[in-house]
Amino acid sequence: MAMLEVHDLHVQFKTDDGLVKAVDGLSFSLDRGRTLGIVGESGSGKSVTSLSIMGLSRGSGTEITGQILLDGEDLVSAKPERVRQLRGSKMAMIFQDPLSALHPYYTVGFQITEAYRVHNKVSRQVARKRAVDLLGRVGIPHPAGRVDDYPHQFSGGMRQRAMIAMALSCDPELLIADEPTTALDVTVQAQILDLIVDLQAEFGSAVVIITHDLGVVAEIADEVLVMYAGRVAEAGTATDLFTQPGHPYTWGLLGSMPRLDAARIERLRPIPGTPPSLINVPAGCPFHPRCTYQAQATGGRCDADIPELREITLGHRVACHLSRGKQQEIWLRLQAPGELAESPVPTEPVAPADPVDLAEPVVPVESAAQAETGE
Amino acid sequence: MLGESSARPHRDRGDGRALPTYPMITFLIRRLATTIFLLIVVSIITFGIFFLIPRLAGQNSYELAAQYVGRNPTRSAILQMEAKLGFNEPLVVQYWNFLKGIVFGAHYNDGPSQTYCPPPCFGYSFRSQQPVWPQMVAALPITVSIAIGAAILWLVGGVAVGVLSALRRGSIFDRFSMGAALAGVSLPIFFTGLISLELFSYKWSLFPNVQFVAFTANPLLWARNLVLPWITLAITYAALYARLTRAGMLETMNEDFIRTARAKGLPERTVVLRHGLRAALTPILTIFGMDLGLLLGGAVIVENTFSMPGLGQFTILAIQNQDFPEIQGVVMLAAFFIVVANMLVDVLYAVVDPRVRAS
Repeated sequence: MAMLEVHDLHVQFKTDDGLVKAVDGLSFSLDRGRTLGIVGESGSGKSVTSLSIMGLSRGSGTEITGQILLDGEDLVSAKPERVRQLRGSKMAMIFQDPLSALHPYYTVGFQITEAYRVHNKVSRQVARKRAVDLLGRVGIPHPAGRVDDYPHQFSGGMRQRAMIAMALSCDPELLIADEPTTALDVTVQAQILDLIVDLQAEFGSAVVIITHDLGVVAEIADEVLVMYAGRVAEAGTATDLFTQPGHPYTWGLLGSMPRLDAARIERLRPIPGTPPSLINVPAGCPFHPRCTYQAQATGGRCDADIPELREITLGHRVACHLSRGKQQEIWLRLQAPGELAESPVPTEPVAPADPVDLAEPVVPVESAAQAETGE
Repeated sequence: MLGESSARPHRDRGDGRALPTYPMITFLIRRLATTIFLLIVVSIITFGIFFLIPRLAGQNSYELAAQYVGRNPTRSAILQMEAKLGFNEPLVVQYWNFLKGIVFGAHYNDGPSQTYCPPPCFGYSFRSQQPVWPQMVAALPITVSIAIGAAILWLVGGVAVGVLSALRRGSIFDRFSMGAALAGVSLPIFFTGLISLELFSYKWSLFPNVQFVAFTANPLLWARNLVLPWITLAITYAALYARLTRAGMLETMNEDFIRTARAKGLPERTVVLRHGLRAALTPILTIFGMDLGLLLGGAVIVENTFSMPGLGQFTILAIQNQDFPEIQGVVMLAAFFIVVANMLVDVLYAVVDPRVRAS
């Protein structure tokens, strides 16, 4: 049995504007020692998925159905108290902005020992030794001297290291990292990713890394889940995704990623349009209003039928009406030099999405989710 | 490692947290200097109000001295008073004597004899011909009893209601308590105070014969007689604090660090109290210090309503009698409380929020 299995997960928030379908029928599984990257724009449901696994998206207006099996135990139907016991011990989470995610009034050491002591009946001294040890292992120099520092006395990278130390305090079997490098300098980003890779090798835990940065995925993920409007657009190994992507949205993500090996004259190709509102998800394929390859799909069903997730090669699944042949043909054409610049432009004028920084909140789903969990 | 720990000025408190010592001490010294400076400014303003402004309005030292002598004074009595209080000296010297009186006490030359007014000397009351300070000292315990008791009540009550309201936002409890809070803020003390006196003291005799009894004389009676003033005063403030706490908690509970606390698997109670309330309480502490400082200078309306001769009553009487030395003394004392309360709040802030120490 896989460490983490998600079956047909639906997460919906009741808001004043209507029902937000943040996650709409998501399924995936993850084995021990493997790293899954969940990729997508803001509002694609990736953060809500991770918070739902942690049991942190529960709230008065939240409805969760489906199954989240952690080592065979269903977290959706489990009692909140049971999920709380698992949080921080069997599964742990690292957040995006370590400055706001750490409590400003407590020392780093206290916040780590707090996480450790809530699940382990040990004395303060033992927990403190553990905190110093953990800080050392995540690469904080002179951990014994820094354990009593406050978060504001740490640099950004050190804070994220402290967050990681806190998450690892109880040797979790599942580690979820929600955009762990987004708030950090580029040089520090690589260090933090290396650290996660090293620690995973050491602890053997399963890692879910949520990101909008395909560079992060390329660096550490074994498997990738591309999410769009709360659904899986494409899933497969990282190699599948980068060498033979089959979904137009994945092509768009890859095309909007700056590459050093490509010629400078090539311009980034942003995906036209903006992610859909999760209250009024377009009928049919949710991506179809932004998709430039609809005409090539057989039967013109894109605006009517929701495409099923089809396995195109072993373990590589794509939710698109384009035939496999067409997918391969278009991807090959996209990779040909010169072809990229004149990729088809949609007829109706749409505001281009920001190509690099997809973290701009376009749909208020993430804030709605936070408001719910904050209740 | 030894070099590292000695280089960083930490003092281990044995519970996994440390107090950076040196920044705190410099902070304290800096804050203390500001406080003393502020007190000097207050003394200059007070001096100005009572000695300078009358001059600017055209009074000469003789006319000023005339107000310090009883009714229908003789010219020689006024001249004697003018000399005794030093009104004919340069202003700087007068201010210096005023300060010196407060700090070291003052010697008044009554002609043949000398009277010594021990520090802190605010002069002699017109009414009683007694030094002002001992009178204020006598009134102080009453005001302190009322203010501190009420402050504890409203802080605990207001914060508790505010936290519960925030956690159950939109619930019946929340709506009811916020409605009650609005009513509590709106109702004046002289109204609620008289109603409570009428009902609980006169009609039902739960608290008969409300009057101040010294704590040292009879602690039980002291507390029993103060229940009504405490509650009356606390209701007004608790209402405000409940609303403030609720707003603060709603904001804090949406912070990222609350999500982190939950992600650690902490029980919800710990999340709310240790992580939420601790952060939400800081701004409330500021206002609490100011309110308490202000009240210590005289809980005027409550003291009047319940006929308790504290500093508030003292002030009212002093104003009614145009008793300059008394007014002067009470103004200085009230200002002292506010300035000191502010300093304590700032120091407390630094203890609570480690980021304040650094800046």
